[in-house]
Amino acid sequence: MFDIRPVEADYVRHRAAEFRAQVARRLDGSLTEDEFKPLRLMNGVYLQLHAYMLRVAIPYGTISPDQMRTLAHLAEKWDKGYGHWTTRQNIQFNWPKLVDIPDMLDALAEVGMHAIQTSGNTIRNTTTDAFAGAAADELVDPRPYAELLRSWSTDHAEFQFLPRKFKIAISGGKKDRAVIAAHDIGLRLTEQDGKTGFEVWIGGGLGRTPMLGKVVRDFLPEEDLLPYIEAILATYNLSGRRDNKYKARVKITVHERGIDVMRAEIEEEFHARRRAFNGADREALAIFQDRFRAPSFRNAPVDGFEAESAANAAFRSWSDTNLHPHKVEGYASVVVTFKAPGQTPGDASADQMRLLADLAERYGHHDLRVMHDQNVAFPHVHKSDLPALYAALREAGLATANAGLTSDIIACPGMDYCALATARSIPIAEEIADHFRALGLEEEIGNLNIRISGCINACGHHHLGHIGILGLDRAGVENYQITLGGDAYDIPAIGERAGAGFPAEEVVPAIDRLLRAYLEVRDDASERFIDAYRRLGPAPFKAALYPAPAHA
Amino acid sequence: MSKAFTPTAAHPGVITGNDLREGFNVWMCDDGWTPDPLRATIFEDEAIADLALLEAIGQADRVVGPYLVEAKRGPDGPLPVHFREEFRQRGPSNYFHGLQADRISGAQKTESTHV
Repeated sequence: MFDIRPVEADYVRHRAAEFRAQVARRLDGSLTEDEFKPLRLMNGVYLQLHAYMLRVAIPYGTISPDQMRTLAHLAEKWDKGYGHWTTRQNIQFNWPKLVDIPDMLDALAEVGMHAIQTSGNTIRNTTTDAFAGAAADELVDPRPYAELLRSWSTDHAEFQFLPRKFKIAISGGKKDRAVIAAHDIGLRLTEQDGKTGFEVWIGGGLGRTPMLGKVVRDFLPEEDLLPYIEAILATYNLSGRRDNKYKARVKITVHERGIDVMRAEIEEEFHARRRAFNGADREALAIFQDRFRAPSFRNAPVDGFEAESAANAAFRSWSDTNLHPHKVEGYASVVVTFKAPGQTPGDASADQMRLLADLAERYGHHDLRVMHDQNVAFPHVHKSDLPALYAALREAGLATANAGLTSDIIACPGMDYCALATARSIPIAEEIADHFRALGLEEEIGNLNIRISGCINACGHHHLGHIGILGLDRAGVENYQITLGGDAYDIPAIGERAGAGFPAEEVVPAIDRLLRAYLEVRDDASERFIDAYRRLGPAPFKAALYPAPAHA
Repeated sequence: MSKAFTPTAAHPGVITGNDLREGFNVWMCDDGWTPDPLRATIFEDEAIADLALLEAIGQADRVVGPYLVEAKRGPDGPLPVHFREEFRQRGPSNYFHGLQADRISGAQKTESTHV
């Protein structure tokens, strides 16, 4: 759980007061919109299709019950009763009034939260595995390092005006659930000769030029993390392109200059900078490691869980799908999907947020995580509490047994909200989910990542979907391109475009043909869609998407 | 987006942007700005539209990001041509929020404001 040190709370309050003064100056005409826009963006305030939008940072997705209740309060008092989990473990409010945002920031500051660096060409929220500190396959808890990066990068004077935005993700071990290959910097905790360190990737990113990152350092001793990250940023800050917004991300810098040139410059910078680190980072890390120490786990029988599994098929189905193995015997991590029938992917009502907060206190050691796939996890739940937790979630419509299945779709807000979008994402996601639920095929299809973006900026990570869908504007009509073979996790891969796009009404039939073809060609039920695609290549899937005319 | 759109008699346009204080969508009308797109002033002449857009930009204390966009004449006023503008006039498709809800509930945004 994330606690607040007084100095940070003071800083966050100070920033909220500063923004209040900036809004006042904009309203009284002292600031033009051109002058105000960078200031509001530094505080996470965008102007979208219908209204302003406020993006609030949830550092590495870790949030306490009280902080969650504050988000519920914001949703109810200043928005329309809900918020939207983002693919970078943050939350967005879609309807705030500019005149109310200073009050919202004050309310957030009371629980140590803010919207600083959720926009702009700065270092954004460091993301990590939602099961950090809990996963059975984790090597080292990444949260103290994520917190070290957060406190170092917040308001870091040198990196407030980078060539472009900059995103860092950390994986706690070999099994990557943080999508490190698609980040500007990806860090994977590893061990060498008994020492903890990081495999460091740079230059990954999606958007209009999707690229997977490259390994710039096989092993970085963990004590060198900040000087090395600072060296990467400093190198990019000087060599990144500022002449063309579309070529300004570090992925382009690495691509154009080559990883070897970048590596050499980073190493040189690293050796110069390391001397300036006097141990304060080590002291801070020790504090953070203490802050993230494991809760007092219970040693209790799990008979109740087993009895409920035997007696209740719905509970069994949910626990088969929505639980994740925990490092402590008798415990599990629980995924609450925000992808119920009829639900907009990633939208949470104020009541749902409050329920999560209450349940985290009752059953989850006061810990909650916002997941990058727009769901929420309880990282630590004793199995004996699972029947009661399930019952409470089910009553609130939050016990959909679909984590990792067809209807667990990542979708950006698309043209229902976003000013940059070229087509809608949400209705396509809802139609696909409804279709396969109605057919009862989800369980049979098994693990499947469908991801939808409403424009080439790829906030819905469509390139990383086993099936990716990209909404475009084709001559004034919404049109959807399908990509196949992407993967965010086991073997990171950028999906390949299957062919011509489909009008909105033809997307569901196309995905239906695609998945029926998969069911036909797979070896057995254990071969996932992505496995079958890798084994067979795109041909049978393209043939299903684009069947030859009957008369041909 | 059609910021570079040039209106003609065959392809008229309207000027639209967002309310500075609250963020909702507004359209330039004969007596100021309105959240009702049917009341928007229709421009058929490039020079007149350009002057009006300059005037709109000058009203930065009321409106953010004004731009000229194609519209077509309907029985009750101008109608959107592109689907993006249709969504801006209506609201999102997943909830009954935005201007569609304000119109029905009577909680209409402040009516046109003289500037």
